[in-house]
Amino acid sequence: MLGSQALLEALRREKVEVIFGIPGGATIPIYDVFDETCPRHILTRHEQCAGHMADGYARASGKVGVCMATSGPGATNLVTAVTNAYMDSSPVVAITGQVPRAMIGKDAFQEADIVGIMTPVTKYTYQPRRAADIPRAVKEAFYIAATGRPGPVLVDIPKDVQMETASMDFPSNVELRGYRPTYDPHPLQVKKAADILSQAERPMILSGGGVMISDATNELLALAELLSAPVATTLMGKGSIPENHPLWLGGAGMHGAREANSIIVEADALLAVGTRFSDRTTGRLDEFCPDAKIIHVDIDSAEIRKNAKVDIPIVADAKRTLEAIRSELLKRAEKKENPAWLRRVEDLRRQVAAETKNNDSAVNPRNIISKLRAILPEDAVVTTEVGQNQMWAYLHFRVLKPRTYITSGGLGTMGFGFPAALGAKVAKPTVPVVDIAGDGSFIMTEQDLATSVTENIPVTVVVLNNGLLGMVAQWQRMGIGGARSKRYSAVKLGNVPDFAKLAEAYGAKGARVETLDGFVEAAKRAVKSDVTTVIDVPISPEENVFPLVPAGGALRDMMWE
Amino acid sequence: MSESHVIAAIVEHKPGVLYRVANMFRRRDFNIESISVGPTEAPDLARMTITVRGGEAQVEQAIKQLQKLIDVVKVSTLPPKETVARELALVKVHTADARARSDIVNYVDIFRGRVVDVAPDSMTTEITGTSDKIEAFIELMRGFGVREVARTGMAALSRGTRSMRVEE
Repeated sequence: MLGSQALLEALRREKVEVIFGIPGGATIPIYDVFDETCPRHILTRHEQCAGHMADGYARASGKVGVCMATSGPGATNLVTAVTNAYMDSSPVVAITGQVPRAMIGKDAFQEADIVGIMTPVTKYTYQPRRAADIPRAVKEAFYIAATGRPGPVLVDIPKDVQMETASMDFPSNVELRGYRPTYDPHPLQVKKAADILSQAERPMILSGGGVMISDATNELLALAELLSAPVATTLMGKGSIPENHPLWLGGAGMHGAREANSIIVEADALLAVGTRFSDRTTGRLDEFCPDAKIIHVDIDSAEIRKNAKVDIPIVADAKRTLEAIRSELLKRAEKKENPAWLRRVEDLRRQVAAETKNNDSAVNPRNIISKLRAILPEDAVVTTEVGQNQMWAYLHFRVLKPRTYITSGGLGTMGFGFPAALGAKVAKPTVPVVDIAGDGSFIMTEQDLATSVTENIPVTVVVLNNGLLGMVAQWQRMGIGGARSKRYSAVKLGNVPDFAKLAEAYGAKGARVETLDGFVEAAKRAVKSDVTTVIDVPISPEENVFPLVPAGGALRDMMWE
Repeated sequence: MSESHVIAAIVEHKPGVLYRVANMFRRRDFNIESISVGPTEAPDLARMTITVRGGEAQVEQAIKQLQKLIDVVKVSTLPPKETVARELALVKVHTADARARSDIVNYVDIFRGRVVDVAPDSMTTEITGTSDKIEAFIELMRGFGVREVARTGMAALSRGTRSMRVEE
């Protein structure tokens, strides 16, 4: 069997349904053995998009996403997407071609040291040097990508290894002595966590992306209800609790909800699950939740005390831990009411609602996003770009099901949302998928409108178009984050292109809407369309994202207008 | 508070592992003072002895990040009191005259080292011991003129029966 055939067979054994990629000189032997049967190959127009599509596919489905590129520039074009997947713990296997073994290290045409480049942004890298090593490399790559704290793995295959014939042995299991994730929580730590939570008067939960990854959303809700503990989410954790539940507080952090940020500061016990206490979530750490005992649950032991000082660390799977804490509390016949605490939450909610000024008929991001929610089914998937559009979606889009809100959290990659939407749509072809975009971000990956058309992957892109790199423009206007002169510098995008016409040039549909009714009508048509639709919605360039905790500030320094 | 800590890591003995370890230290902004690598009693495992400078929290992070690497099988810290640590240094010293030569030989004896090479105007000496001892020796040699120093970095094992042996 050829190395390339072994790769295909190994991918089939991993039940890979789809590969996003672009062929090139160093992957021709692989493409040579592809046929019309599974896995489906989706030809993208840029390798970065192939990577983001694999990532979006992985996040929407919970399965491993696969992307493929040739050596050199093909491989380096994957770096941003792979780094993005690494920062957000998304299981992606990236397959790259490499120059033939004898050429490695000779600066051959289209040679890049992709193993060296990818090592710091992957969980692991493989470069099989014999065709016979390919089955094990692929098996282990998928195992590592999907288990423990998920993340991307690179498999870099020299061209002559793809073309080498060998007798293949396909391993059925993986044994890595240096990689044994801990899934079960330590019983003593669980008891200590239960002690703190049952004694607390103002308990709360901070739910991160790990809750989604571990499929622990039901366990989270059950524990929150047992404890009468309100739940704030991180950006990655958005959707881990239905955002119409009475215990839901909103997102925490720099552009978090007032309710979430205020309650965190007041809590006396914080159960943080599947979160790494990123600076965008916590603000200044020493004032993050000053009065609270912190229980930190994470499957990655290196996250414990990396950023925050914690009282009770639990290195384990979120689902098993939440269930263990709940069982421990039930054993003690513990059911907490915390009436004063929940009244405080209610009072705050009423106060925020009363103080929030919003003109319900204005064509502003908040109203557009609320209208979008209203026309979408509960299980529709929303992705976002990065910047103001992302934070407006964080604040205003109510996510009701897990894995239906997909965003670039850690790396903050502009251009992520659109290809991620395509990947999500491939994973869930029967639900509408919408990218909430800004004009600055969308233009970074819009060429893959071609992919959406030729591969029949219809999604909806809502461009909140302010003609600016909006988040930077906001900071410059406000004079924060180093913008001392309070003037625009290099943020004006000149209101080009005409996004509706751009979409049409690709054979997609375009619409430009100026009213909320017009938007609703266009969006209803778009989500039913069998071709991708770009809805261009001009918004005021002066529109700011609020609340805002200035970079380096504490959550209590939050500004809300 | 920043002080030296010795970390021992048992790693897969295969290409690229040193790169992964060194790169992790660089990327996480930890400082390696010295690193020594060599095969162990098991042919497919290598042992790294890494000296890092940092506070307790930083060293704890370094160890966890090391453990997280898939090629790292076992990690432990080696507290000075429970550890046998040795380093080897080759020191090439200028020998101006016969007097210098005999003084150097005397010092080498006191430090239980050896003279491993002699040339008309220089001598190469071999010293084994703790890093402090080696530094003290090099300091003494400065008076004669140190031409070149090659140090191995520290190798360390726990005292007594404790070991990091990986059971199959």
